[in-house]
This record gives sequence, C-alpha cells and structure tokens, in this order.
Amino acid sequence: MSKNKNLRKKAYEVLGDLLDPVTAIIIALTLGGIIIALLGDDVSIALSALFKGSVGNLRNFGQSLLSATPLLFTGLSFSVAYRSGLFNIGAEGQLYMGAIVGAIVGTLFSGLPGIIYIPLVLLSGAVAGALWAFLPAILKVRLGVHEVINVIMLNKIALYLTNWLVSGKGPFRLGSVQPATPFVDDAVRLKALFPGTPMNIGYLIGIFIAFNVFMLMWKTKSGYKMRAVGLNRNAAEFAGINVSRSVLTAFMLSGALAGIGGAMEIISVYGRFYAGFSPGYGFEGIAVSLLGNNHPIGIVISSFLFGALKTGAMKMQIIAGTNVNLVKVLQALIIFFVAGRWSILSLLQKQVDKFRAFRKRREAQDPAGEENNL
Amino acid sequence: MSETIIQMKHIVKRFPSVLANDDVSLEVRKGEIHALLGENGAGKSTLMNVLYGLCSLDEGEIFFDDNKVEIASPKDAIKLGIGMVHQHFMLVEHLTVAENLVLGAEPTKRGFLSYKKAEALVKECAEKYGLSIQPKALVADISVGEQQRLEILKVLYRGAKVLILDEPTAVLTPQKVQELYKVLRNLRENGHSIIIITHKLHEIKEISDRVSVMRSGRIIGTHETSSVTKEQLAEMMVGRPVIFDIKKEECTPGKVVFEVNDLKVKDYRGLPALKGVSFSVQEGEIVGIAGIDGNGQSELLQVLSGLISKTAGKISVSGKEVPAKFTQKDMFNLGVAHISEDRQKWGLILDYSLEDNLLLGLEGEKQFNNGPFLKREAISARAIELIERFDIRTPSHEIMAKQLSGGNQQKVVLAREISKDPTVLIAAQPTRGLDVGAIEFVYKQLLEQRANGKGILLISFELDEIFSLSDKILVLYGGEIIAEFTRDEATVDAVGLCMGGVRRDLNE
Repeated sequence: MSKNKNLRKKAYEVLGDLLDPVTAIIIALTLGGIIIALLGDDVSIALSALFKGSVGNLRNFGQSLLSATPLLFTGLSFSVAYRSGLFNIGAEGQLYMGAIVGAIVGTLFSGLPGIIYIPLVLLSGAVAGALWAFLPAILKVRLGVHEVINVIMLNKIALYLTNWLVSGKGPFRLGSVQPATPFVDDAVRLKALFPGTPMNIGYLIGIFIAFNVFMLMWKTKSGYKMRAVGLNRNAAEFAGINVSRSVLTAFMLSGALAGIGGAMEIISVYGRFYAGFSPGYGFEGIAVSLLGNNHPIGIVISSFLFGALKTGAMKMQIIAGTNVNLVKVLQALIIFFVAGRWSILSLLQKQVDKFRAFRKRREAQDPAGEENNL
Repeated sequence: MSETIIQMKHIVKRFPSVLANDDVSLEVRKGEIHALLGENGAGKSTLMNVLYGLCSLDEGEIFFDDNKVEIASPKDAIKLGIGMVHQHFMLVEHLTVAENLVLGAEPTKRGFLSYKKAEALVKECAEKYGLSIQPKALVADISVGEQQRLEILKVLYRGAKVLILDEPTAVLTPQKVQELYKVLRNLRENGHSIIIITHKLHEIKEISDRVSVMRSGRIIGTHETSSVTKEQLAEMMVGRPVIFDIKKEECTPGKVVFEVNDLKVKDYRGLPALKGVSFSVQEGEIVGIAGIDGNGQSELLQVLSGLISKTAGKISVSGKEVPAKFTQKDMFNLGVAHISEDRQKWGLILDYSLEDNLLLGLEGEKQFNNGPFLKREAISARAIELIERFDIRTPSHEIMAKQLSGGNQQKVVLAREISKDPTVLIAAQPTRGLDVGAIEFVYKQLLEQRANGKGILLISFELDEIFSLSDKILVLYGGEIIAEFTRDEATVDAVGLCMGGVRRDLNE
C-alpha cells in the first residue's frame, strides 16, 4: 500500500520534472515559429524541415547523434562539477587538451587493434582534460581562488596553445597543409555502424559513461561526499568530510569527461586535430547540463535534443531558406524558459490557488452573518 | 477617538507549503505594550511582516486609527507611523550614530548633507525619549545595548507611534534587559504602542500589558497579562501542559575526559578571538559556557571541531593530546561528537534525504559500505531504527531534511551525534529556534547522556538553558573565561553581571 503510494509519488515527481523542459520546448518552438514567420519564411515548411532533418530518417537521426556526442560529454562534465558545488565553465579548454592529446596518441601506436587503441586514446584524452582541470582545482583548494576566473583564462590558453602546436612553427603539424595534426591511425577511427548513416558507437559510449557517472555520483561513497560538499560545504566539513579532496576529485573528473569528449570528437568526426575545431561545445555543455537538470539521464536526453536541433537547422536552412543562426535563437529560448521554470503545473497551481481564495472570500461575505452584525 | 490604534482582521497569509497566518485577528491599543507569544513557526513574524509591509497579505484587512489601510511596503508602514526593530540590527557599522539615525531621511542644507543638523536631531530625539546616546560615535564602537537604543531611536525619528520589536532581549544581558524595559515603559507613558515578539514567558509577565498567543498560524487568545499565569501561557503556546522542572538526577563526575589548556585562536580578521581559554569536562558532567553572542563562542566551537586552527594551546580527549593540526575526523576518532549551533548551516544537508543526513560523517564506517559502494540496506535500516528511537516525526526515511520541522531536524542531528556513542559531546545552542516540546526532548537526551557518563560541553546564549542543565557554569567574555561557578552558588544576577564583563576571581 505505502509502497504503491511511494511509487506513484515518484512517478509524479518524474513527470513533474519532465514537464518543465517539455513545456519550455513547446513554448520555444512556438515563439521560434513566430520569428520564422516574421522573417518572411514559411513556418510549416521550416518546422517540418527541422523535424525531418533531425529525426526524419536513419541518416539524419545518425547525424543528430553525432552532433549530440560532444555535448553529452561536456554536459556530463559540467554536471559533475555543478553537483559538487563548482562552476566549471572550463570544459572548452579541457576538451581542447583532451582532443590534441588524443589526436597525438592516435598517431603513435599504429598496429594496435582498435579494441585496445580506442580506449587508450579516450583515456589519454581523459588524463589530459583532468590535468588541465587540476590547476584551477589546486588553486581553489590551496589558495581559495575562485575557479571561474582561472578556467576562463585556461580556456584561452588551451585554444592558443593548441593553435600554436599545429601551426607552421609548431611541433605537431608534420607536413599537413592545414593547421592540423596528421590523421590518426585507421584502427582508432570510429566507423559507421550501419550503411547509410554516419552513426557510430560514440554516442553509445557516451551513454555508457553517463551511466557510470550516475553510479559514481549516486551510489558510491565518494559521490555521496562530493554531492554533500556541493549542497552544503559547511555541514560536509563539519561532519568530517575532506572538502578539499572532494573538490579536487570532482574538478578533475569534470575535466576528464570534457577531455574524453574532445578525444572522441577527433576519432569520430575529424580524424585529426584541427586548430579551433570546437564551435563552443564546452559552453553549450552548460546549457545541456542545466536543461537536463544536471542529471546524467537528463543530459543524455537534452544533449540529443541540442544535437537534433543543430542537425535539423542545417536542413531547415537548405529546404526553407531560413538563417542557420535561427537554431541558436531556438536554443536560447529553450534555455530561457527552462531556467525560468515555466511549468504548466505550477502555472495551473497558481490559478487554482487564486480561484480557491476568491471562492473562500465570497463564502465569507455571502452568508451575511457575523460580519454585518458587528 | 477610539482607543485602538491597530486592528488586523482575518489576516490570511499563505506560503507555498504552509498556511503561515490562518484567519488571524489582532488588536493593539494606544499606549500599551502588547506581547505576541508563540513558538518558532507559529506565525508571529509573518504577522508582523504583514503589518510592516514586508509581506503582502492574501486576505484580510488592516485598520490604523480606525481607517482601513493598505500596507504594501515598509514605506507605507513608516508613513502611517509603524516602525520595526529587527532582531538583527540593520545598522551601517562604519557610519556614526547620527549618520545612521538619519539614513534614508537625511537633513540637508542648501542641497548638501548637514551633519550638524543630524547631530542636533539625535540629541533632540534622545532627550525627548530619555535615551542616552553619543551622536558622534561610530556604530562599530558602541555596545549592543546602545545599538539597540539607536535602532529604537531610528524608528522614533521617523515618527513611529507603533513600535514592533522582534525578540529584543535575545542579545542583551539580564541587566541590560532591565534598561530596555525602562525605555519601553517610558515610551508607553508617552503614548506609544509597542508590540513585542517573544517566546520568553517571564519577559511577558514582566513588561507587557496584554498578551496574544499564537499557535500554528492562529491566535489562541488575547489576555490581560495580569490575569494569566506563566503555566497557562505555556499551555496555550504549546497546546498541552508543559512541565517546567527538568528532573536532573545526582551524578558524581568521574575522571576528566576533555581538557582545554590556554587555547588561543584568531578570528577571520586576524584579531584574537580566544585569548587563552582553559577548562575541563569530567565524565557525567555538563559544563555550561554562558555569555552573550560574539564573545568567542563560535570560534571556540569551530576550533574544537577543527574548522579553524588554533594559534596556541592544548586540547586533550581522555588524556590523549589532540595533534596540533586536526580535522573533525580526528575528533570523531577520539570520541568527540558535535551538535552545531546552526543546524541548517553546519548540521544538516537540507537537500539530502533523512537517511543520508543520518549517515553524514559515518560513510567511511565498515558497516555502511562495500568498498567504494554504499550499503543502502544497512543505511536505511539504521535510519529507521534511529527515527524510532529518537521519535523523529517523519512520513519516511527518504524525505528531504528540509521538509522536516525545526524540532525534527534537530532530532536528526541529535540522533546522528549520539549514535556515534561519543565520550565527549559538544552541544552549541542545541535548542535554538525550537519549541518548548522539542526543547524538553533535547534536555532529556542530554541529561540521559550525562547519566551514561559522557562529558558534555554546553555552549549557550540562553541563561535558562545553562541553569537548567549545567553542573558547572563558566562565563565567556571577550574571548576569556572570566568567571566560574558551581551550579549551587550561581545566581542569575551574578552570572548576568559577569556576562556583561564584570570579572570574578576564579577560585574565589
């Protein structure tokens, strides 16, 4: 009986949690439609192109997954830090470091089978990202320097450092015409899973890692401690939890996740490291994480949504002739409404409360009793 | 001319999860001191916030001098002549008394601020109401009592006829409380009306003309203070008879389990906060540290829990010296448990479930984990057992700590700390913000621990609490222990004097 009740309560909670973003998406798409119309394009063609172009067929679906993969990792990266009380907006830099180290490792050991080589490349990306996060983490723990300032600077440093590494004077260009590293070994390139779709196992690896993040954060001792520090640092410290160690762990884990994302992008899409390849995956990850309630399961969904929007927007541009930046407007609107917690449920609740108050007042006045006799 | 100044009729105020005021009506007469009594969370503050315009009301009406008024903001309230003195003073420390007084309504001379005028105004105001105060002194330099006087003066300066005082005696020594009463009586003679929010019964008997008792959002009754006894008031407040006498069995203290020697600590500004504090706690003994807030209590608690490090001194537990640098974990391993002064800040993680809160600090114990993974069944089973044993009122062990009432939150902290089976229990303000029922429970638990031979260090600002529980009373003033009493020789007057800084020769 009570178990049943608990289950139902939980179902309501999950439903409530889901309703917020779903409402936000509906409102955002509606407003987006209005904007499209105002720009003079055909709304129905544009929106159907957006839909078909993102999930309409296997090919586009695969492309959406491909676009979603880096966001899944940077989203996870942000969420782990956020849950631990850190604001890591440095995923971009950590991603670059993971990408370049992954790309270099990918050229070093030709002859290794993919089953060993791919994990090795991803691992090297993780280590690079974690080390890049170690600096702001140790500064925070030892000197109390706020992480945001440091990671912003480290983002720039990572970008220009990698730019230089693959520039004409840099050590890793090695005969390439473009500012890029040589191509990685064929064994580490992720192949399409089915013919006719670019989908590879990247996103599946992402889901697997998201599951591990969930297990770590919610089922283990160190996750318990990290989240405790994130929710109430004082109480955690007072209870004897080593706050510094938790902060270090969380920050480096966050960096590692972004680093894997970088390495993954190299072996999945580009095949080599290009200078400035990321269009801002690290920052989009923040939105993905917040949209997914900073929870691994939510992030799997929200990263796909963002990937699909990106892919669909391209098709929308081709078919309906809309501006490609429109999708950024849509993303912004979604974030805006999610952040504002415009949930249908809470809006409804407000109306119901108002109505009840009104009725009660009427009842209190109508029975022409005590009030008038006074 | 009617004799009432304020009438609040059928006030309803809802917050998302609670009905803070449920059809409350209150009437305050001209020239009376009206006490508003109730436990924490009874709705007193909400009601006064509505009156002062800090909260909008959902339903109901307010009449001021028989005219219906809308009070949408403190500005409206001040315009009408309603002023509020908050428990935590709203003063700018680095401005002078005069500057603080006129802040928001500064006197000007040809468009420029005139300090002379301001100072003259302070003098005039102070003389008019018989409140002595130095206009040129910096607020940071004057005493808490003077700051409170300044707050009252500020309200009067803005023309208040009705003063709302929120727990005005919480920061004062017993002697200063008497001075405040004199001021309030003076104001009453001048025709002002005063509303005092409080949960201290003896204050009500001493100062108020009438008293309204609130419980769970409703007014239980309004009475002439002279016509009710303390016991009746307490019963109205809690909803059941309250036994005031706490049975304290005789205990013979055993060997010393906790010893602090010449402890020195600096506060966050680098100023000395503890200037060589020494004391010891024996088995089966409660040592109470009395004193006004801000005399080093927080620092003492923080250094004893390893949150800040000491600059000198020695701490030993059961004869073993605590290393120079230690963490809370080391203290736990030595057998020291803590009940913190602010359960929401230090004691609990409000967004964690009850069972996770009960686990806090114990997650490393063998029985609760399988290597890196937590053992959920063991954690839940223990939570259920502790909920039963400590009578924590909760629908489930899985709900968030923030959903519990203050009393139940404190029970969670108590349950966790006592279940660690410590040799020494440090309890700082263990009943802060709790209702009478919960206070009784906490006292009982602490006394039970004392009977079990634990050494207990009690740090509290409530003198009543110190007197009800302690076997030995120390007074902390300005970072030093300036007096020591055995329970039998201690009187409220004597301890109160010391809390104000009067030194008493130790070993007198």
